[in-house]
Amino acid sequence: MCYALQKNRGYFIKTRVSMLSICAYFHVHQPMRIKRYRVFDIGRDHEYFNDSSETDLNNARVLQKVARKSYLPTNEILFGLLKRHKEFRFAFSFSGVLLDQLEAGFPEVLDSFKRLVAVGRVEILADTYHHSLAFFYAPEEFERQVRQHEQTIKRIFGVTPRVLRNTELSYRNDLALWAEKAGYLGIMAEGWEHYLGWRSPNFLYRPKDTKKIKVLLKNYRLSDDVAFRFSERSWKGWPLTADKFSGWVNANHGNGNTINLFMDFETFGEHQWEDSGIFHFLEALPQEIMRHPETTFKTPSETVQAYETVGEFDVPHILTWADTERDLSAWVGNDIQRSAITAIYGLEESVLETRNEKLIEDWRRLQTSDHFYYMCTKWFGDGDVHKYFNPYQSPYDAYIAFMNVLSDVKLRIQDNRVRRKPVRPLSKKRVRAGSIH
Amino acid sequence: MFGWEFPPYNSGGLGVACSGLARALAKENVDILFVLPKTLDILEPSIRFLFAGLENIKFKGAKTGLSPYKTASQYSRWKKLGVDDIYGDDLFAEVLRYAALVPGLIAGEEFDIIHAHDWLSFPAGIEAKRISGKPLIVHVHATGFDQGGGVHADSRVWRIEKEGMEEADAIIAVSEFTKRMIVDRYGINPEKIHVVYNGIDVDLHGAEGGVFQNVRNFGLKIPGYKIVLYVGRLTLQKGPDYFLRAAKRVLEENPKTFFVIAGSGDMERQMIRLSAELGIAQNVFFTGFVRGGDLERLYHAADLFVLPSVSEPFGITPLESLIADTPVLLSKQSGVSEVISHALKVDFWDVDEMANKIVSVLRYPPLKNELRRGGKQEALSLTWQKAAAKCVMLYKRIVDILSKPE
Repeated sequence: MCYALQKNRGYFIKTRVSMLSICAYFHVHQPMRIKRYRVFDIGRDHEYFNDSSETDLNNARVLQKVARKSYLPTNEILFGLLKRHKEFRFAFSFSGVLLDQLEAGFPEVLDSFKRLVAVGRVEILADTYHHSLAFFYAPEEFERQVRQHEQTIKRIFGVTPRVLRNTELSYRNDLALWAEKAGYLGIMAEGWEHYLGWRSPNFLYRPKDTKKIKVLLKNYRLSDDVAFRFSERSWKGWPLTADKFSGWVNANHGNGNTINLFMDFETFGEHQWEDSGIFHFLEALPQEIMRHPETTFKTPSETVQAYETVGEFDVPHILTWADTERDLSAWVGNDIQRSAITAIYGLEESVLETRNEKLIEDWRRLQTSDHFYYMCTKWFGDGDVHKYFNPYQSPYDAYIAFMNVLSDVKLRIQDNRVRRKPVRPLSKKRVRAGSIH
Repeated sequence: MFGWEFPPYNSGGLGVACSGLARALAKENVDILFVLPKTLDILEPSIRFLFAGLENIKFKGAKTGLSPYKTASQYSRWKKLGVDDIYGDDLFAEVLRYAALVPGLIAGEEFDIIHAHDWLSFPAGIEAKRISGKPLIVHVHATGFDQGGGVHADSRVWRIEKEGMEEADAIIAVSEFTKRMIVDRYGINPEKIHVVYNGIDVDLHGAEGGVFQNVRNFGLKIPGYKIVLYVGRLTLQKGPDYFLRAAKRVLEENPKTFFVIAGSGDMERQMIRLSAELGIAQNVFFTGFVRGGDLERLYHAADLFVLPSVSEPFGITPLESLIADTPVLLSKQSGVSEVISHALKVDFWDVDEMANKIVSVLRYPPLKNELRRGGKQEALSLTWQKAAAKCVMLYKRIVDILSKPE
């Protein structure tokens, strides 16, 4: 614990310093979008993600654009900031699906991330490899994906994640419990009033029924000021400067330990375009923030090690970052979404039995939450966010492509089963016929 | 208001639209003098039923051989049947003769606005404007290009349409699709064109009560089999040939599917031949022109309604289908696809994609349910009252502008 002499009513007294740290993580993910896949393709075409059109279903094309507009220039800025400010630090959360795509076609982009991690002040969070909601549908599959993610992070970056972030920031008491058992120091969640009540997200909390693990709560107001509102001219905070934002952050001194800023990495240059001034903002932010002598930066694992919890965080129902409901309704809110996600997890046992790696990997790529998000019909009424991120002309088109692909996956499973079936003498088969079922 | 036949004497969407709008306008307290090209006694019971309780609407019949779906050659054939000599020699002469009847029709009548529906009544509308000096609004439900499959239009029709649009103080288009066509093909200033979407009279659908209970007795409703429905005239504009070609592809995937084609028209024989040529005749059923309870029954029995139109200014039939709890697949070349988002949409020429979407609905029940649920909600929100309110606003604006001293 840290103490200092502070002047109080004319006396110097020994007092606990009001330290405040910024804990930022940037989520880096691009899904493998399913191409337009028709019923006639079932049984004939097993490549689901290789769209080569001029649309946003072309994964390489999208990633190329995002890398050019966002990843590369932002990494350049971040590298400079790390060099200039020894206190500056932050975290990345990568999906395995994105790393696959970078390894396959964008080595220079992957290198730019590696260079940042190599500095030593950039942490990487644990995640599901396939950016899936498996925890809530197939817990064992979830564990396999977290393990696969950890191995890949170790292989590419040489580090092992110690703090867990689940897809779409989805969280529930039992996830925290799982994470504690799996040995994680911390876990991320949305700092939503519904579960916080009057309490501030700027402290650490103890997830219900756990003993050691701590939960880091996203300060969604300050995070969204940057991620969503930065270029919104009708917003009263516009234009947002590093100076102004630092003022808002530092106003929390004495009322919190950590400001958790969680956002998509594409915020820089893709969601907020370059001409909005987002890069200048990022470039100037660390310096502005550290003008306050007692504000600094910490990575997530440093944060959980630095502070004690101040209370319990009890989340019996699924909590996410999304929409006003902060639930999974953007992913599984309607019948087509629910039928699709139920269908994909319904294949778990039979697909794993095939031990066909390509088939299993395709099945896992179909679990990526984005596929279900594209089937959301909420935006017909109000939300524009959903529409902006939808590469399909309609949620129904997304569903049709998904279900057709799923039919093909089922055929491949059957096909594998037939081929793997050992050939037995006819008489033996007859004897066993009745007892199998 | 110069309009067209009402149900049950109509043979298509225009009559439905005219009566729906007139009823709703009357409810908005607009006094209407409704001129119908009709030889029938216009106070006959069905019209009295339709307008029951609406005192502020008055009808006048004009004796003319005009009918919205008669082509020039059909009119000539009709004329040769030896009908009364008073009618014009050809369709275009008849349109002008109708206009010449206008002075007699409006003598002694008081009105503030002239509202004319579709090109056949434009010359009459222009004449009424000339005599009375009152502003003219032309309401475009379809253009000559729609009838010509989106590409060509009869030049004589085009001239009459263009004159009407130019003479009009304002134009009402039934969709952005039609507005674009008016701008692109007729060179009209877009600022003069106002989009007012059609609606649907929910109280008229399902008002016939007991008929739906017969759905289960509908001959094609066999367990395990699916029904895909087409409702519309069998003409180039409506794309029935694309529907059949998609049906062929669907049957390759889902043999247990029936295709019901409800409607008649100049392509009927050609379509029957085509279904035989494609080898799918045993799965395609031509019902001829269907209305009322029979049509409701078809809507209810179907698993999916398809609107494959090549060029559809609006398209009321999909709304009728949605009200009857059957989801819809819409041509993107239609006005109705602008207002229904819970629908599958396809370019009419993309037969493979049309088939893909049909099969998907038949194969994945949640898709059908979600489309049905959301689509019905949207259809129910498209009321004629909304359309009428927009018209009234437009009336007021036009009258205000013209009453200001220049």
